[in-house]
Amino acid sequence: MTKKTEHEITRQMFEQLPVDTAATTSQRPSTTFWKDAWRRLKKNHVAMASVAVLLLITLMAIFAPMLSPYDYATQDIFAVNKGPSAEHWFGTDTLGRDIFTRCWIGARVSLTIALVATIINVLIGILYGGVSGYFGGKVDLIMMRGVEIIYTIPDLLWVILLMVIMGSGLNTIIIAIAITGWGSMARLVRGQILQMKSSEYVMASQTLGGRFSHIIAKHMIPNIMGPIIIDLTFSIPSAIFTEATLSYLGMGIPVPLASWGTLANDGAKMLQLYPYQLFFPALLISLTMLSFNLLGDGLRDAFDPKLRH
Amino acid sequence: MARYFVKRLLMAILTLWLILTATFIMMKSIPGDPFANEKMILPEIRANMEAKYGLDKPLFEQYITYMNNLLHGDFGISFKYKGRSVNEIIATGFPVSAALGLSACAVGLALGIIFGILAAVKRGKWPDYLVIIISILGVSVPAFVFGSLFQYVFAVKLKWFPVAGWGTFAAFVLPTLALGLRMIAYIARMMRTSMLDVMSQDYIKTAKAKGLSGMSIIWKHAFRNAVMPIITVSGSMIASTMVGSFVMENIFNIPGMGKYLVNAVKDSDYTMIMGMTAFYAIIMIVTMLLVDVVYMLVDPRVKMD
Repeated sequence: MTKKTEHEITRQMFEQLPVDTAATTSQRPSTTFWKDAWRRLKKNHVAMASVAVLLLITLMAIFAPMLSPYDYATQDIFAVNKGPSAEHWFGTDTLGRDIFTRCWIGARVSLTIALVATIINVLIGILYGGVSGYFGGKVDLIMMRGVEIIYTIPDLLWVILLMVIMGSGLNTIIIAIAITGWGSMARLVRGQILQMKSSEYVMASQTLGGRFSHIIAKHMIPNIMGPIIIDLTFSIPSAIFTEATLSYLGMGIPVPLASWGTLANDGAKMLQLYPYQLFFPALLISLTMLSFNLLGDGLRDAFDPKLRH
Repeated sequence: MARYFVKRLLMAILTLWLILTATFIMMKSIPGDPFANEKMILPEIRANMEAKYGLDKPLFEQYITYMNNLLHGDFGISFKYKGRSVNEIIATGFPVSAALGLSACAVGLALGIIFGILAAVKRGKWPDYLVIIISILGVSVPAFVFGSLFQYVFAVKLKWFPVAGWGTFAAFVLPTLALGLRMIAYIARMMRTSMLDVMSQDYIKTAKAKGLSGMSIIWKHAFRNAVMPIITVSGSMIASTMVGSFVMENIFNIPGMGKYLVNAVKDSDYTMIMGMTAFYAIIMIVTMLLVDVVYMLVDPRVKMD
């Protein structure tokens, strides 16, 4: 190669062109992955409406019980089973308690259970799935078999078994849902990590001398956040669902505290005489579930437009 | 193929053993005891009962007895229904739950698949939107709301069906529909996605280019490939549905496994809970194993590693 050939390439053979500023500057302001996803989400009216509904429900859960003239536990024997009116917007129950106030106290309880349980779920799932996917091989095999075994019995049955052991109560429900529901998150994270480990951009970063912490922080976490957030939006309603079902079956939180599930349970007992008592809690549960599901769909489209159907 | 099956079988047995052991440990760690509710119990009677149920023996011995009994198909004795075994509860409850669960699955799978295909074929037209709305509502509205609503509208108001009960065909309809609705929603959504995915494949284009009719393409080419994910999920779905629905059996007062289990939990009848969980685990694992085998027979591409 060092030997000079007859056809030597010299500087004279080239002509310098003026710098084309139009081609080198970008036409649009640069955007990040998150801004791009947010832009797509903002265009999705259904998803934005869901966000609005969820915000409204959350605000009501925080403020409605404070502003309401009624207390959620105070009974009024002179106003038993009153239908919805100007005085009691959602009516009163068999003990004369204001259903409007109880519904929003129920919202506090249901949403708190769902949020706390889901956050713990996600943390366990990320840790478990991350370790499993990162180490791979035998560790992965054994850890994933573990998830499979837990998966064999339906979540609800595990939760019921745990409730039997720990006794019913607000904290018990949170713990029971938190320690049974992390399987899908673990699987998701593990799959993503495995896929990323063999991807070119991680290899490129390693080749360029990227440190372990750099790869985790700059490549793996940003890439995995999308799927995690999508899974989160679907996990929250499923936790609300589990809590509601447990409370509906009479294994939920103790009286006089209320959750949407216990309210629906109380309402269902009176269904034949006073259907409105079931209607309001059922409506709130359904509306919340619907909003989370639609938001999840919207987020999936926003994060990964390829998946749009 | 035989090796694959043996491997799956061994895995299933290991899973079962772990679950049974876990249930045993869980049930033994409950604070309090099954006689706690019977306040006026004499110490001698209590001692007699503990001896009868083996509760006075060391934990490990109890475990061996429990496992040995399970191996012989004995799921234990109930504390709540005196003199009644878990086997009897299973014998009376399981056929009821299985009948309800299987018919709900049949309705759910059949209608779900049909709706899913319809939505995919008529993509962007009103049948598609209708199916999307049904499927989103179906997964968003809790089962007990559907159950109660059906009961109120069709039984209380319209009086087409009995409010609750079991044994007649009329009593069977509402719980089946209420239970099946969620499955229709779930399956339709999944089938639609899967069908759209398959319809964009090259071999569908080839089939169209060959001049095959629309129906022929849908049934012979698209459907067979699109239905695979449904087969995968249907195994655990059928297994978990046929062991009983906690909610529906309570709403419609159906004497199935779900109702017995909920009652057992309320009575803290822990031998009953343990025996029923063991039975659930067996049913789930056997069904999953069968689905794996079916999957292998249906889809030769599945590698038998």
